[in-house]
Amino acid sequence: MSSPAAIEVSGVVKRFGDVVALDGVDLLARHGEVVALLGPNGAGKTTLVRVLATLLEPDAGTAQVLGLDVCREAAAVRERIGLAGQYAAVDENLTGLENLTMVGRLYGARRTEAKARGHELLERFDLLDAAGRPTKTYSGGMRRRLDLAAALVARPPVLFLDEPTTGLDPRSRLSLWAVIEGLVAEGTTVLLTTQYLDEADRLADTIAVIDRGRLIAEGTSDDLKDRLGGERLEIHLDVDADPAAAVRALAPMSDELPTPVDGLLRVNVRERAGAIVEAVRRLSEAGVGVEDLALRRPTLDDVFLALTGHGAEADADEAEQERAA
Amino acid sequence: MRRLVTDTLIIAERNLIRLPRTPELFIGYTVQPIMFVLLFRYVLGGAIRTPGYSYVEFLIPGIIVQNAAFAGFATALGLNEDTRKGLIDRFRSLPMSRAAVLGGRTLADVATNALSITILLVTAVIIGFSFRVGFPLAAAGVALLLLFGYAFSWFLAFLGLSVSSPETVNSLGFISVFPLTFISSAFVPVASMPSGLRQFAEVNPFTIVVDAMRHLWLGAPAHNNVWAAFAWSLVIVAVFAPLAVRRYRRAAGR
Repeated sequence: MSSPAAIEVSGVVKRFGDVVALDGVDLLARHGEVVALLGPNGAGKTTLVRVLATLLEPDAGTAQVLGLDVCREAAAVRERIGLAGQYAAVDENLTGLENLTMVGRLYGARRTEAKARGHELLERFDLLDAAGRPTKTYSGGMRRRLDLAAALVARPPVLFLDEPTTGLDPRSRLSLWAVIEGLVAEGTTVLLTTQYLDEADRLADTIAVIDRGRLIAEGTSDDLKDRLGGERLEIHLDVDADPAAAVRALAPMSDELPTPVDGLLRVNVRERAGAIVEAVRRLSEAGVGVEDLALRRPTLDDVFLALTGHGAEADADEAEQERAA
Repeated sequence: MRRLVTDTLIIAERNLIRLPRTPELFIGYTVQPIMFVLLFRYVLGGAIRTPGYSYVEFLIPGIIVQNAAFAGFATALGLNEDTRKGLIDRFRSLPMSRAAVLGGRTLADVATNALSITILLVTAVIIGFSFRVGFPLAAAGVALLLLFGYAFSWFLAFLGLSVSSPETVNSLGFISVFPLTFISSAFVPVASMPSGLRQFAEVNPFTIVVDAMRHLWLGAPAHNNVWAAFAWSLVIVAVFAPLAVRRYRRAAGR
């Protein structure tokens, strides 16, 4: 028997009334891989996580977790997954330890076992000092860590994280990233959704870009950036330099002819290695004065803009304004 | 099946742990019923004629039934909050029994209802209420109260899972429960109502349950009301438990 993929989604469609939340999504995650679903609010990320976590049945298509169908074998899937949501799903009136003990017992563990596991997780997530306090006294970051701890109670091989760091301050974000990286090092397969490009860039092996219920691109962060033409050299010429001379001097470094705009020259270079040194040498041999020169990689923001025609963060901001209104 | 029982007990424990930690909830179960008993007894009681019984005797079986029905409000509000905060999503992603979250909630209501009944009965005795029957019938009355309150919790569980906000739970809950309890024999004799209301009051399950309580505690004539009261409770569970579980399976956080 060939080892099935950890997560396999094919042709999944989900409609809510007239709204098509998922419009034929295919996705594959190998064992131990981190896949980031990247997209603006309303793109369908959460819907896909809910389908995989057995909370929603798709209208068409199939979804499997560890080779188990999420509809027909839902009970078996639930024993093997952990879910941490966008809203820290912990009982505010219970203490941190009581929350984790309750979840452990609902997985079928005895009270003493569940309590011991709870202790272990609180220690790992740096919450031991707050173990006996009702969670309504916790900060946002602490609640999110407890929520993640609750998802890990049964040591699930597959973990779904729905916007794990949305709304957290930068320090809590960094510490949560470190925890997720630790889990991945232990071999957990992670599917996470995010609207933050830097988060996907840092955590994910594979990034799946989703927009309006469709996957519009998939690959490593480098793959996606390469689609925009790899490395780019940006050169600010001196005011009195001759742009035409600069173009002639740099032409051999690129497949396409560089075009100067207002003294700024963009060159898509073939080779990253030595590009700066070579450019400086060629320009100085041609007698062209340079004010500033830098090698720049396209960011995921550029990727998103190129793929969808709109930025990633702009949409998120709009959605947030809507919520505030 | 064993899973259903253990998971239900775990959830019931979770809902009872919170009780002493949320003073506002605790006051709802204790001070509020006492307040209503005192207001009815001393403010309205003097103006209401209840042939054959003092008003305290007449009132206590009625108000205690109303109170049992309201015990389930904690379930309606709690399930609504759990859904909005994503806790229901967490429970539904766990390999636990599908009926246990609701079963545990409603079971916890039985415990809180028992607490309210005790407090109300102590208050009642202090202001002059006494059982006119032996212990077995008085105990049967308490059993009916617990069962009827349990049944009503399933109706309120269904309500809590069906509407989007706690404010809606409150207003819909009050709009549906208040007229039912007032247009019944709970606070005044049905014979004193105008004819349209009287006909409604006579078939109202609250009247049936209250009359059954008066029979069990005071020896009032009951006709078939005791059996009918138990039957009504079971029918309410049979209708609303499946409806609530169905809602639960489809519940979605925000």
